[in-house]
Amino acid sequence: MPVSTLNALNDTWALLGLHGLGWPQLLQLFGHFMLLSMLAVGGAITTAPDMHRYLVHEQGWISDAQFTASVAIAQSAPGPNILFVALVGLNVAGLMGLLATMLGIMLPASLVAWSVGRLRRQRHNSIVLRAFTAGLTPLTLGLLLSTGWVLLAPTRQHGGSAVLVLLTVGLMVRTKISPLWLIALGAVAGMLGVTG
Amino acid sequence: MAEAAASAAPQPVEGRLPQSPGEMFRVFNRLALQGFGGVLPIAHRELVEREQWLSANQFVELLALGQVLPGPNIINMAIIFGDRHFGLRGAFAASAGLLTVPLAIVLALSLLYQQFASQALVTAALRGMGVVAAGLVIATAVKLLRTLDQNPLGRPLCYALGAATLVMVGLLRWPMVWVVLGLGAVGMALAWRLLAAADRAAAAKEAAGR
Repeated sequence: MPVSTLNALNDTWALLGLHGLGWPQLLQLFGHFMLLSMLAVGGAITTAPDMHRYLVHEQGWISDAQFTASVAIAQSAPGPNILFVALVGLNVAGLMGLLATMLGIMLPASLVAWSVGRLRRQRHNSIVLRAFTAGLTPLTLGLLLSTGWVLLAPTRQHGGSAVLVLLTVGLMVRTKISPLWLIALGAVAGMLGVTG
Repeated sequence: MAEAAASAAPQPVEGRLPQSPGEMFRVFNRLALQGFGGVLPIAHRELVEREQWLSANQFVELLALGQVLPGPNIINMAIIFGDRHFGLRGAFAASAGLLTVPLAIVLALSLLYQQFASQALVTAALRGMGVVAAGLVIATAVKLLRTLDQNPLGRPLCYALGAATLVMVGLLRWPMVWVVLGLGAVGMALAWRLLAAADRAAAAKEAAGR
């Protein structure tokens, strides 16, 4: 067999391994993502700063670069951006890690959505729900900005990446350009050494 | 409240209805596959304009609900919408439609990346893509700034709460659970007081008008 095929087989096989994590740690991973699921006001991406804090700093299971790459790969593919959670899990502990992070982030929030959806068919727009939305929206914005800051961890010290971020934000806010073009632009800029 | 009651009913006034969980899976899969860097704009085009399963108002209402609840907005919306029409089976069909095929694509991309991860050019490209990914998230926050105009807390309080969150979670790296529970409670309590006062004022005005 050619070497590249062997490599591919090896990598696929590695997916089944736990990357050195034991079952108790896997359970811990599942538990932390269940907690994050309940805190993910404004979408899964708002939990990225805490995922990063927990996985990179506290546990040391993955690196800065692996974390940012997971988000970048997920954003360059179609679909809900929650899928970066699957890649993060894959990096931490293969397919079992993927199951732990995805089920963890999905289950509690889905159950809540399902029950609230049913409840709301009976009564709606109470002051509780309105105060809940109004009180949490500002936090959502702060969490999104934190996510941006954390994703820049590997490249923050390069002036080029500051320019690229500002350009991305400007184009996204001012024009209707597809994010796909911007991601392609990022890839080219990266290859040209703009981001270090 | 008559309006809200009417729009909370499952049937759109003049539209079609999803015929089966299978159809729901197909439509949600189709919209997920078109969504690069966010599925919500596509969801509007597919569910409201093309399939006409929801009116524009019903869509906004569903979106607001999906946004307040914890978890990914679009998946919350799919679960609530699917459950409305086919119960638990509908909820599964809609969310599976969003996730299954895109997950396979992301995994394939990630495997492909691992094949070339050792090449400096690939790592460099991914670094650049990471910077853009950060920019996309920050741009979402910037776009959402506009929604603060309708917030009963008012701009200064909203900015203070948002900035405090950024400092605690982004810069100081405090665990999110305490920040969201603590600051979130402050935000909700303030919003509650202001909303209750506004409701009382509106009620008093109405009583005086009579």
